[in-house]
This record gives sequence, structure tokens and C-alpha cells, in this order.
Amino acid sequence: MSKVLVVTSGKGGVGKTTTSAAISSGLAMAGKKTVVIDFDVGLRNLDLIMGVERRVVYDIVNVIQGEAGLNQALIRHKEVDNLYVLPASQTKDKDALTEEGVGEVLDKLKEEGFDYVVCDSPAGIERGAQLAMYYADEAIVVSNPEISSVRDSDRMLGILASKSRRAKDGETAIREHLLITRYAPARVGTGDMLSVEDMLEILAVPLLGVIPESGAVLQASNAGRPVILDENTDAGQAYADAVARLLGEDRPMRFIETEKKSLLGRLFSRS
Amino acid sequence: MGLLDIFRSRPQGPSAKMAKERLQILIAHERATGQHGAPHYLPAMQQEILEVIRKYVHVEDDAVKFEVEHNEQFELFELNITLPEKGEASRQAD
Repeated sequence: MSKVLVVTSGKGGVGKTTTSAAISSGLAMAGKKTVVIDFDVGLRNLDLIMGVERRVVYDIVNVIQGEAGLNQALIRHKEVDNLYVLPASQTKDKDALTEEGVGEVLDKLKEEGFDYVVCDSPAGIERGAQLAMYYADEAIVVSNPEISSVRDSDRMLGILASKSRRAKDGETAIREHLLITRYAPARVGTGDMLSVEDMLEILAVPLLGVIPESGAVLQASNAGRPVILDENTDAGQAYADAVARLLGEDRPMRFIETEKKSLLGRLFSRS
Repeated sequence: MGLLDIFRSRPQGPSAKMAKERLQILIAHERATGQHGAPHYLPAMQQEILEVIRKYVHVEDDAVKFEVEHNEQFELFELNITLPEKGEASRQAD
């Protein structure tokens, strides 16, 4: 049974592509045949984060327009088994993606036996974002503990509930998950950042995970290696937990408490 | 926090509290005004329910109120119909 999972947020720069790369890699590492699709036509970046940018020949628009077969466009990840990347087009206009075209590609991927199709949504609520979430069975809404990101997440939840195929066909609603990224427990402790509890109270969506603000994310982007592969880092471990929860495992939340500083440490710290 | 900060008081309350309060007000408003995306079939359903009611009693458009409320656990669909005063043309369809 193949599942379509959209990673979305409304606001840009909150970590959608980082999350798409990490979650799809995690699912593949768990033995699920997984493809991650970049829906950001004109501004593709998933290929860079996945480290496959030099192997892009064809893209999703080529497939939709019949210029390439699906298997020609799919890029097999070298390090992670069961993982494939379908890049976005860099040059063509945004209207190249159509509802029918995307539906056909997803159907073909299901025929190919993919367990998970992860759709990396572009920012905003325009065509690309709408198409990325249209066929979704599950949605990961990525949100930073920051006021405009939370508001946009709420808007996106409304769109998922009203404009998706499941909503239009009157089927059971998309299963929604909240993933909080760039969380800084120390700043929550000083009262300068929204807490996990605050965000859950406002958005009222089940929590999939909390990814701490971490230098490991930038390092992973620089290297073109999904951060979940760095098993010794906090962000990598937090994503691994999130994937386990997505697959039904019950794991306690980590990296949400600040380490207590001693009195001396507090007196002499400079930050 | 440095040594001196201990003796300084915070200029304002914690800013996260302000953010939370502002968000709660704003999002409640956006949800209530339908920007949160009421089900797409709502207008059609509203029209059909109105037609059914009109088979039996005459009601004005504004006598019927539809509201969708989002709760943490569920969505509540509320339908309020103000029936006309007694004696005022009941069972018009006859």
C-alpha cells in the first residue's frame, strides 16, 4: 500500500527541503521503497540537499510532458538503498505542472511499487504548493517556533482540510503531523521563544517531532548529505525519532529541555 | 546571563508570551471568518438544506445560519434556523 506524504509549511525557509530529505532517507533506511519529489519548479534545491545535483538529467516536467520515461528521470541515491529522487524542472514555466500530470506520475510510482512518495512542497500557497499537497494521504506541517511561521502553518492546515483531493472526494481527511524545527530550548527557557506546548495549543495537530536548532543541518546541506545520516548529531537523531513515530513507534521527545547550568556557570557565562 | 544581568530587571515580560497571545487572537479570527478553509461543499450543502426547509416553511435567507467551529478534537457544524412566527404561512408548498 503506497502512501503519498507531503512536507509543507506555507512560509519559506523553515526547513521543508531539509525535512523532506531527512524523512525520505529515514523511510528508505527503514526498508521502505521511497521516492522524494521536488515540486519547486524553477527553484529546485532538493537535488543539492540530497547530493545528486550532478546526476540530474530529466525532471518531473519532462516526465509529465512525455519527453522522458519515469525511470529515466528517477535518480537512485548512492548511499541509501531504496531511495530515489525526482527533481523539479529548473527552466520551464510553473504552469508545466498540472493536476492530471502529477496524478499520472504518482500512479506510475505506485505501480513501480513505491511504499512512500514524499512531496517536497515549495513555499507559499500557489500552484506548486497546491499540487504538492493535492494527492496527499499524510501531511507533515513544518513550523518554526516563530509567530509568522505558526500563522502560516495554520493557514496551510486549513488548505489541507479544504482543497486536497481527499477533501474534495469526501474521503477521510489527510492525516496531519506537526514537525517543529529550529527549536532552541534555552530561548524557550528565558521566555523568548514559543514552547512546544504553546505551538500545540495553538495549532492542535499531533506532534511528530521536535528538531533542535543545530549546526549539523547546515553542515549536512554543505555536504549534500541528508542530516539523518549523521547519526551522532542531535538533529540527525531527532529526525530518526520522527521517522520511527511516522512508522508507528512510540518514542519520547528528546532535545526539548535545556541543560541546567550551575550557578557558577550562570554567573560567568557571557551569552 | 552575565553577573550584571542578575541585578537588571527585564524591560518587558517574556516576548514568547506576547507572541502566543497575538497568535491566539489572530488565528481564532482567521478561522472564524472562514479563511481557515471551511469544507468546500459547505455552500452547496447550505443551499440544499435551505431548499428542503422551504418545502415546509417559508424562511428568509438570513434566517438560516451556518457555522463551522474547529475544536482540538473535532469540527462542529452548527445549523441555526429561526422559524417564522406562528400563523405566518406554514407549509407553503401545499
